[in-house]
Amino acid sequence: MVFLHATSLADAVAALSAHPGAVPIAGGTDVMVEVNFDRRRPAALLDLTRVPELSRWWVEDGRVRLGAGIPYARVIAELGDRLPGLAMAARTVGSPQIRNRGTVGGNLGAASPAGDSHPPLLAAGAEVELVSNRGRRRVPVCEFYTGVKRNVLAPDELIEAVWVDSVAGPQQFSKIGTRNAMVISVAAFALALHPERQQVGTGIGSAAPTPRRAREAEELLAGELDAAGLWESRGPLPATLAEEFGSRVCAAAAPIDDVRGSAAYRVHSLRVMARRTLTWAWNDYRKAA
Amino acid sequence: MRVTTTVNGETRHADDVSESESLLYLLRERLGLPGSKNACEQGECGSCTVYLDGVPACSCLVAAGQAEGSDVVTVEGLAPGRDLDPVQEAFVECGAVQCGFCTPGFVVSAHDLLARCPNPGDDEIREALAGNLCRCTGYEKILDAVRCAASRMPSQRSTV
Repeated sequence: MVFLHATSLADAVAALSAHPGAVPIAGGTDVMVEVNFDRRRPAALLDLTRVPELSRWWVEDGRVRLGAGIPYARVIAELGDRLPGLAMAARTVGSPQIRNRGTVGGNLGAASPAGDSHPPLLAAGAEVELVSNRGRRRVPVCEFYTGVKRNVLAPDELIEAVWVDSVAGPQQFSKIGTRNAMVISVAAFALALHPERQQVGTGIGSAAPTPRRAREAEELLAGELDAAGLWESRGPLPATLAEEFGSRVCAAAAPIDDVRGSAAYRVHSLRVMARRTLTWAWNDYRKAA
Repeated sequence: MRVTTTVNGETRHADDVSESESLLYLLRERLGLPGSKNACEQGECGSCTVYLDGVPACSCLVAAGQAEGSDVVTVEGLAPGRDLDPVQEAFVECGAVQCGFCTPGFVVSAHDLLARCPNPGDDEIREALAGNLCRCTGYEKILDAVRCAASRMPSQRSTV
C-alpha cells in the first residue's frame, strides 16, 4: 500500500490520476473501519485532510459552495442558518468525535443509502462538483447515486464540493434510530419548501437501494398548495393533505428487511416523518410571514 | 514510512509505520502510549479518543499517515508527570472508574467539554459523552464526576 499526501487540490487530482485505484480518505470514519477490519486493502490511500480547497465554503450567486472536506461539526457551527436541513442532519451524525472528522464529501463518496447528508441534499436540490485531470463537472445529487454504496464517480475523480441553494424557505429533517447518538438511521426523511418558486423538495434515506426523492409527493404537495392559494395566504395546512403527502412519500420508498428494521416499519416511519416534517415546516413558514 | 507528530508536546518520530495502520496503533505500539484503548476499531466506543489538532477524535479512525505533522494530546498528556488533571481527580473521587477500560476516552471527552463549556448542564454532558461507551458503571458516576470536575474549573472557582 502507498500513502499519498496531498497539500493542494492540484496535488490530489494529479495523485489520483497517477494512482487510479487510490482511495481518498478525509475523516476516515468509513474508510478506516473497512481498513481496520481488513474488508478493504486499497493499493493506495490519498489523504485529503491537508487540501485547503476542500475545507473552505463560500457563497456565490446565492448558492453555498461547501468544500467536500468540511466536517459535520463545522457544518453545524458555521452553516446552521444557510443550510438548515443539512445542519439538522449533521447534528444526528455519530458522536462529537465522529462529527469532528466525518465530512459531507465522505458521505457522498461512501454513498450508503443510510448516509445522513443525502436526504437534505436531495431536498435542497444540491449539485455535486467533481474534479479530475480531465476537468470539472457538476452532477445533480439526485443523479449522483447509482446503487447501494455506488455513485457516478470515475476512478480518477474526486468530490470537490457540494453546491446548495442558500436557504429561501423552511427545511426539516427527521431520522429514526434506536438511540439519540451513534445511530445508523433505520429511515430518514428531509423536506425543503421553496416558496420563491412554489416547489417542494424531498429526500428519503435508508428506505431504498439509494437515497432518493419522492417526486410524486413533491408534485402533489406543491400543486395542492398552489391550487388552494396557500403559498400566498400561508393558511393552515389541511390535515388530509399532510396525510396524502405521507402516503406518496411511502409509495416512493422501496425498503428491505434488515438488522436495523423491517421494510414495513420503514414505510410506516416514513409516513409519520413525512407528515411531521411537513407540519413543522409549514408552521415555520406561517410564522415567518 | 516515517511519521512525525507532536505528541503531548514532544516531537516524536516513528519508523516502519504501515500505510494501513491507525493513529491508535502508532500511539500504543510504536510510541509507548497505551493510555488510549483499542476496543471496537470502528468509532463506536470512544475508548481511543485523543485530541487531534485540538479536537477530540477516535484515533482508531485516523490513518497514522494522516497524523503526519499533527498535534496529538492523549490521556497521558493532560497533566504533567504524576499529577492528575481535575477531570482525572474527579473520576477517581466519584468512583467513575470500574474496569477502567473506557476511562481514558471519557476523560478526554469530558476534558474537551469543560474546556469549551466550563459549566455544562446535564444535557450538554450527555451529548458530549454520547460517543463513549461504558459497560460497567451505568454512567451515573461518570456524570457525577463531570459535574464535580466542572465545579472545580478555574472559571467556576473565581465566581464562587
